[in-house]
Amino acid sequence: MSFFKKLKDKFSGSQEQEQTTEKYTEGLTKTRTGFAAKVNNLIARYRKIDEEFFEELEEILIGADVGFETVMELIDELKMEVKRRNTNDPEAIREIITEKFVDIYTDGAEVQSDLNIQESELTVILFVGVNGVGKTTTIGKLAHKFKEDGKKVILAAGDTFRAGAIDQLEVWGERTGVDVIKQSEGSDPAAVMYDAVRAAKSRGADILLCDTAGRLQNKVNLMNELQKVKRVIEREIPDAPHEVLLVVDATTGQNALIQAKTFKEATDVSGIVLTKLDGTAKGGIVLAIRKELGVPVKFVGLGEKMDDLQPFNAEKYAYGLFAQAFEEKEVADNEAGE
Amino acid sequence: MAFEGLAERLQGTMQKIRGKGKVSESDVKEMMREVRLALLEADVNFKVVKEFVKKVSERSVGQEVMKSLTPGQQVIKVVKEELTELMGGEESRIGTAKRPPTVIMMVGLQGAGKTTTTGKLANLLRKKHNRKPLLVAADVYRPAAIKQLETLGKQLDMPVFSLGDQVSPVDIAKQAIQKAKDEHLDYVIIDTAGRLHIDETLMDELKQIKDLSAPEEIFLVVDSMTGQDAVNVADSFNEQLGITGVVLTKLDGDTRGGAALSIRAVTSKPIKFVGMGEKLDALESFHPERMASRILGMGDVLTLIEKAQTNVDEAKAKELEQKMRTMSFTFDDFLDQLGQVRSMGPLDEILKMLPGANKMKGLANVQVDEKQIGRVEAIIRSMTPSEKQQPEIINAGRRKRIARGSGTSIQEVNRLLKQFEDMKKMMKQMSAMQQKGKKKGGMPKFPFM
Repeated sequence: MSFFKKLKDKFSGSQEQEQTTEKYTEGLTKTRTGFAAKVNNLIARYRKIDEEFFEELEEILIGADVGFETVMELIDELKMEVKRRNTNDPEAIREIITEKFVDIYTDGAEVQSDLNIQESELTVILFVGVNGVGKTTTIGKLAHKFKEDGKKVILAAGDTFRAGAIDQLEVWGERTGVDVIKQSEGSDPAAVMYDAVRAAKSRGADILLCDTAGRLQNKVNLMNELQKVKRVIEREIPDAPHEVLLVVDATTGQNALIQAKTFKEATDVSGIVLTKLDGTAKGGIVLAIRKELGVPVKFVGLGEKMDDLQPFNAEKYAYGLFAQAFEEKEVADNEAGE
Repeated sequence: MAFEGLAERLQGTMQKIRGKGKVSESDVKEMMREVRLALLEADVNFKVVKEFVKKVSERSVGQEVMKSLTPGQQVIKVVKEELTELMGGEESRIGTAKRPPTVIMMVGLQGAGKTTTTGKLANLLRKKHNRKPLLVAADVYRPAAIKQLETLGKQLDMPVFSLGDQVSPVDIAKQAIQKAKDEHLDYVIIDTAGRLHIDETLMDELKQIKDLSAPEEIFLVVDSMTGQDAVNVADSFNEQLGITGVVLTKLDGDTRGGAALSIRAVTSKPIKFVGMGEKLDALESFHPERMASRILGMGDVLTLIEKAQTNVDEAKAKELEQKMRTMSFTFDDFLDQLGQVRSMGPLDEILKMLPGANKMKGLANVQVDEKQIGRVEAIIRSMTPSEKQQPEIINAGRRKRIARGSGTSIQEVNRLLKQFEDMKKMMKQMSAMQQKGKKKGGMPKFPFM
């Protein structure tokens, strides 16, 4: 059975599975049409797989922000796989590339995108990232998700720097019906976290979502401040924060890799939230982040609605990217058969 | 993972060529490959890279590079020239409407930094051009976006026009312009909501605002960390709205900022300003040559020189040089020096501007702790004039007093004294090296020259 068919069958089991797959396919529409159309176009123009073909494929992948080194590796593997299968048919590439994409991401093992949630105890999740990536919005969406699951959620307004940031989180608190722990603008974020952890404990909350101010990773003082915030949480609850999520804008280029590296060093990032994937950007840099730093993507933002934040699934991501290309092909084959 | 600059990239190729004495066409091809990689790693769009490399390659195969004794350097020169030219002249002018108020629209994706830039731009208009701007809160979608602009307005002590988030941005813009007319405010800066360039409804809304407000300027605000997609975003906004210029934000980060080149190439609209920090005065003019250096990972020597020129007193520098040579450098001089360097800006920023600083051993990840410098200053200021002139006389008793006086520890005082001694020794060595160098005829050359 082809890899695509396998994926398709896998996702057409339960209704829930189908719904989230649909979200992916919907959210990635723009990504996919651009990307898949290019792959399709490429495949249509070439009769056989040769150097030139691979060169063009290389450009398509670079255009998706996958990053040069990762692209080279992917191309090398594709070349080997093509040789192994002894095929010269560009059509075969479509499937092989999806498979390799997933392969590089998972590295042979099942990647857990589930959050480390404590049973019957407080779970603290810290959100970090550069300016303007969507930390506060992500927190709002996650608060909604946890609330729906029947959890008691508290938000900590740790962005005391940017004008209006506390108000922004408060609006999300109102929308989702969740308490927000805050101090005034300009106060020490570590102090806010201390208050928040205390409050979450005494109010018997299940989940504490901690917002922080956006900061560029080369600002040493601000990175130190972030470490202090984390230390304060650690001091109150020894194994907290249970997750440190780095929020990355899908439109970011190669700098995202440096972001991931620096934030990981400072705060031991446990996962990535890839936002704004509903635009035309492909966020291919997550592949390099996963490969070089081992940090998995845990959520992707596929739209502006509250429930448009979805757990990341490499297979679904790849399926979403290539699905249309695959389905068009299937229809064409069937018609040809009749 | 650290991205190599073009100079480093070309080193390998140059070493191969050096033995041959002549540059062949295939050598140029290899060099062009490195140029391509350097640009791709800087996030320049691959299509733009392709065109660009073609152009550079044509020039390189010609006389300029192949006949040159320093082909590596020539390639860098050609690449830099072409890059600078492509990014256009320096153009930080803001248009003025024939009849006030002049309307400026700020547009862009979510999180690019429109609201912050709106505040910075207003600040610049008032400070540099003595204008009276009105800030308009037309982002009714993102929670608390209006509040954010109001806070900025308060910080700047400038009027902010808002009608809450229940009124359409089109109406807000209309009424804001009327208000500016009534109150004789000469600029109206409209902060619009971030939106995807493919969101037709929201793009239509921008068109409506444009039609009714006849803006003199439409600035596309773009995050300098943007990757390959920058071309799609810029092209789309430009096509639908006809932008007049670009503001590149978050350039105080460590991104190479290749998006600047991509955007310029697809829209041919000038990059007018760059955001260089979180403070409201951190909006600077765009310098194509500096941006070219940055994209190529060559350090920003020009900015450094400019900063040094405005901050360092030349007479003092000469005097200092003399002192270094004669070893009569004292703590007074040191304090002076420290003050001058610090006035140029944060030290780690200055270090970063040095070309190759990221390659230098020990400098790669140097973290300058500004507080530590403050402590050093405190220690020196706690010395008596004679101690500053002759550190040798500082004995155990004096050390104790200095530590107490500066609120530091004896260990810290000891460390500083030791470092100062080491520094003096190093200066002696350096000036000895310079003397020697003079006889031999100048500084040793860089490997790629």
